[in-house]
Amino acid sequence: MSAVLEKPLATTGTTPKELEREPLVLNQRSLGWISDRIAGVCENALPKWWWPAFLISFTVMSMMFICIAYLISTGVGVWGLNNPVGWAWDITNFVFWIGIGHAGTLISAVLFLLRQKWRTSINRSAEAMTLFAVACAGIFPMIHVGRIWLAWWLFPLPNANSIWPQFRSPLLWDVFAVSTYGTVSLLFWYTGLVPDLATMRDRAKTKIRKFLYGLGALGWTGSNRHWSNYEKAYLLLAGLSTPLVLSVHSIVSFDFAVSQVPGWHTTIFPPYFVAGAIFSGFGMVLTLMIPLRTLCKLEEIITVRHVSLMGKVILATGSIVGYAYGMEFFIAWYGGNPYELAAFKNRAFGPYWWSYWIMVTCNVVTPHLFWFKKIRENMVIVFIISIFVNIGMWFERFVIIVTSLHRDYLPSSWGYFSPTWVDICTFIGSFGLFCTLFLLFIRFLPAIAISEVKGVTPQADPHHNLGGAKGGAHH
Amino acid sequence: MNANVSIQSYGLVAEFDTPGDAMRAATSIRDAGFRKWDVHTPFPVHGLDAAMGIKNSPVGWFTFFGGCTGYTTGMLMIWFMNGFDYKIVVGGKPLFSPFYAFPVCYELTILFAAFATLIGMCFLNRLPRLYHPLLKNRRFAAVTHDKFFVVIETADPKYSPVETRKLLETAGSRHIELIEE
Repeated sequence: MSAVLEKPLATTGTTPKELEREPLVLNQRSLGWISDRIAGVCENALPKWWWPAFLISFTVMSMMFICIAYLISTGVGVWGLNNPVGWAWDITNFVFWIGIGHAGTLISAVLFLLRQKWRTSINRSAEAMTLFAVACAGIFPMIHVGRIWLAWWLFPLPNANSIWPQFRSPLLWDVFAVSTYGTVSLLFWYTGLVPDLATMRDRAKTKIRKFLYGLGALGWTGSNRHWSNYEKAYLLLAGLSTPLVLSVHSIVSFDFAVSQVPGWHTTIFPPYFVAGAIFSGFGMVLTLMIPLRTLCKLEEIITVRHVSLMGKVILATGSIVGYAYGMEFFIAWYGGNPYELAAFKNRAFGPYWWSYWIMVTCNVVTPHLFWFKKIRENMVIVFIISIFVNIGMWFERFVIIVTSLHRDYLPSSWGYFSPTWVDICTFIGSFGLFCTLFLLFIRFLPAIAISEVKGVTPQADPHHNLGGAKGGAHH
Repeated sequence: MNANVSIQSYGLVAEFDTPGDAMRAATSIRDAGFRKWDVHTPFPVHGLDAAMGIKNSPVGWFTFFGGCTGYTTGMLMIWFMNGFDYKIVVGGKPLFSPFYAFPVCYELTILFAAFATLIGMCFLNRLPRLYHPLLKNRRFAAVTHDKFFVVIETADPKYSPVETRKLLETAGSRHIELIEE
């Protein structure tokens, strides 16, 4: 057998041709090209679309702050809340935004631990998205407390009444989960930025830019003794962020699951929420990346293959979410609790049937289009589906929160929630905040991790002939 | 210039075009027994730690002790607040139990460990550093772009102006420069 295999090799005198991996940066670009192209987004003249986009986002964001000022000065009665429905759009928006953040951490931490090299093109902007989504999320629980000037009582700080927070409450766990999540995401993001800020510093043409980027770069010289500690720290931060991201949405789900309300009190919630969070987050990553790669001319770094891979993640997590919807119904029937079953029947066929079926259409039906390669590689269709995912996941949280609350235990306390203009404008305004922050980010910071993208090219590999390997080069 | 090394000179900087060239130079410098030297690269080069003889980074210890501190702080804080200083009875359950305190302690473990990791990395690398002789050099700015630099400090006991330069030339560097402190 081996003689048969060896014979053709011996006669031709060559080794079999090595199968090359599909490149992550197209057209065999040089290392210098990568930093020129990515840093160029912050250095070149402002593209025409930036100011209109920024002004629209800024105006929409201002609308949110006006609504919040009106809310604080008048009271939570300006929202559509009523007596069975005490949580509605506020907490829906909170869970929606915090869930979006999860894809950023999944890309930056989990895919890093799994050695998925394609993450390098999207991790920086996905992490930025996480931070901005957490900023949007943080606003809603803060303003829904009513007397917002007492919101600091949520934190374990000494106050005039000498009362401490009550740590048995999942709402307090949530305070710690979300604030830890925001802080650790910021640390992780900044750690990744340090070498790129050094690139920006070394390219800076003006003294102010050199000083400001230099301050952020901490005096980074690319020393390999530093890289050694840096890479270990980065790995550890990825290792810490992974259990963190799983815990954050689990704890968010405890806000509901630890209560006794039928429709909330289910053990499937933690994994179901985490899968939904990643699903919604990848939807938002695609919503942002598809325009970004075109408008900033980054198609060779964020390639069609990247978009296609994200489509596959959406397909996988969307299937988990669909399974969870089915399992919730199965357990409501199989558990034999008539109140639980009534809550679920009411969810699908009661007064809020329309929101339930919007959710099912967007989250269960549309992701399955990603089975087809032609659809995954068509940027316009992927963009449209990503919007559907965003809509569907907002409705999921609305369905869970409002349909479970609007039928209280006694029929005399049944109600119906309708949003007021303040509810609607505050929510739309949070997109303004999100977009404003994201536009500032792509203008002032490298939107793609320059040093990491360089590191996954063949010319960065000292054992590849493009990387300077001598004789018998192999990968 | 090579012959009289003044006290002000920081070291010899040799430029390379590929990570492979820099790695071969690193291997020969390691084998020659130098101590105060480094390779500066735009991205972490796979295998360079071994070529330079760098041992596993100790950052993990900072992470570990940071995490332990976070967990202990959480448990002590919750016991003090709910079980000691202002006792809150909920449903007749014990005033303190590690189970209800766990989610918060879990988060604090991660929070403290993440801070300790970043601070530990900065401490081990002596960062932030606002001044560095290499950063004054214009050519060295390409280290964050596409060039690879091997730096041997004049403070190294094995340093010799002629021999060290020859070693770097043999390693294949096309541009060698003496950098001022």
